[in-house]
Amino acid sequence: MSAYLSIRNLSAVLKGAPKGTPRLLRSVSLDVAAGEVRGLVGESGAGKSMIGKAVLGILPRAVQVIEGEIWLDGVDLLRMTPSERRRRIGASAALIPQDPMTALNPSRRIGPQITDRLVDILGWTRADAEARARELLDEVRIPDPARVMRSYPHELSGGMRQRVLIASAFAAEPKMIVADEPTTALDVTVQKQILRLIAQMQARHGTALLFVTHDLGVVSKVCDTLSVLYAGKVVEDTRVRDFFAAPGHAYSAALLAATPKYTDPDAGLNPVPAAVIEAVQAEVAAAEAAWRKGGAHG
Amino acid sequence: MLARRILTRLLTTLVTLLGVSIVVFVVIRVVPGNPIAMMLPPGATPADIERLNALYGFDRSILAQYFIWLGGVVQGDFGTSIQTRQPVLGLVLGRLPATLELAIMALVIAVVIGGFLALTGTRLRGTATEGAIDVGNGMALSVPVFLWGLVLILLFGVLWPVFNISGRISPHLVQEFHTRFFLFESVLRLRFDLWLDLMRHMLMPALALAIPLAAIIGQLLKQSLKETMHLDYVTLARTKGYGENHVIVREALRNAILPTLTLIGVQFTFLIGGTVIIERLFSYEGLGNMAIDAVINRDLPLIQGIVIIFALLFTVINLIVDMLYTVLNPRLRHG
Repeated sequence: MSAYLSIRNLSAVLKGAPKGTPRLLRSVSLDVAAGEVRGLVGESGAGKSMIGKAVLGILPRAVQVIEGEIWLDGVDLLRMTPSERRRRIGASAALIPQDPMTALNPSRRIGPQITDRLVDILGWTRADAEARARELLDEVRIPDPARVMRSYPHELSGGMRQRVLIASAFAAEPKMIVADEPTTALDVTVQKQILRLIAQMQARHGTALLFVTHDLGVVSKVCDTLSVLYAGKVVEDTRVRDFFAAPGHAYSAALLAATPKYTDPDAGLNPVPAAVIEAVQAEVAAAEAAWRKGGAHG
Repeated sequence: MLARRILTRLLTTLVTLLGVSIVVFVVIRVVPGNPIAMMLPPGATPADIERLNALYGFDRSILAQYFIWLGGVVQGDFGTSIQTRQPVLGLVLGRLPATLELAIMALVIAVVIGGFLALTGTRLRGTATEGAIDVGNGMALSVPVFLWGLVLILLFGVLWPVFNISGRISPHLVQEFHTRFFLFESVLRLRFDLWLDLMRHMLMPALALAIPLAAIIGQLLKQSLKETMHLDYVTLARTKGYGENHVIVREALRNAILPTLTLIGVQFTFLIGGTVIIERLFSYEGLGNMAIDAVINRDLPLIQGIVIIFALLFTVINLIVDMLYTVLNPRLRHG
């Protein structure tokens, strides 16, 4: 089975940084097959969100991709002109953002924020797009979709807004969705519902999903495969079932051991041991040196 | 409740106007300069002055004068101009349209230029063009309005005389109008010959008034736009396939414009204050020009009338800005 999303040797640096500054992404490669859910985990700053942003063409201006390929549905996004890339991404991929409180435009009604892509980018009629939006709002179990579509974001709760954003992401029936920590900003009681909803929607629509998170518990519930990131480098790429049975990398194992367990609230926290950190840092440094030697790079 | 809000608003307006009237009334009577002495020929005797003082009521206490004046105002009588012997209300209302048209034209120019600079600067942020816009805005802001007036007179009135730099309209055309809103009327009656003549007179003073405001709008709106461009909903719109122009105009502009709107409200009142000097400079027959004559002649009733009208204008502008705010920001619509 060929991958729907295939990232090959993707490296990015901070624009204008002096020569020899470490890369932000270090030759990242990963695949997401059609209908597959891949978790992308790592510490804060490991670059997991940045990979998602690169796929969707929304990297900050300060970040520059220096090498690599991002194949989405058989075309390399990085070889396209910016406007071609934008339309391609708009038509075949979507984002479920992190914070539902800031991801909806406060001065526009909900309806147009769901239908705009269908009408403007994909050329649907307004009536079709609105029917589709109502259908999807119903699917994400929002009561009275017609009323919600006329509402402004401030009239909805955080959980409702995230449901709206999920509906909006699935609206154009994309083959690829990037979920960027979609439950982190939510109330704990709502997190579980939203997570289940995303998993159900993904299964029903057969969408490939790149799930960015720092929560291994979430990974065990929704993901099929997993990439573990450290300092911009993929240190482990494995099936979720195998990972939880026997993590392949010492850092992954330490990360797994560090997850607090609700079943044993009195047990202390297990931080990643210093020796493991040193080992993984040495590994990253060695890879970096090899990369510099190998290519005519900065 | 809407009715209650309007009522509160009206009450505040009344209190403001009352306060303004008291301040004006007292100040222009305390500063030196006798209006009666100004209107009499050099040979007048102290007895003549005494008689006229009594006639105009200037021999009474300030408090008594104020209440007499206020009593008239309540009945729509703002007194009689000492200089021209005509009712103040008629004089002021006769000049108000000229100043309103000038100020609104200046505002429109400022919003168009400022908006264009802000959108261009945002679109090309981080480039040399944005730098040039910043420098230009800084220069426009650091030069006072009257100096812009002089520069424009020199450039387009003297060196390259394509505009009229004196008056509101060519004198022989005045009789063509039925109202005092010349510009408005010329457009409504589709008399573009008149409109052209008006514009040739109005554009330069309006531009002089507009330049600093345009710079302020350009700078503030660009700043808010640039901040808004980093927000999540703008990023989300990008992933939907929208380009930079669309994202700036549809996602960012409406949210970024709110602080600018408040600022325009405040600055527009300054702009109307600026008409006083600009009207003088361009011999434009508006309220400002009349105010300067009134002050020179110590025409106390006229000064009072003009100031009250200006104060009323400022309150109305604030009201309009508040209403626009509610329209643009859905979060303010309830409660």
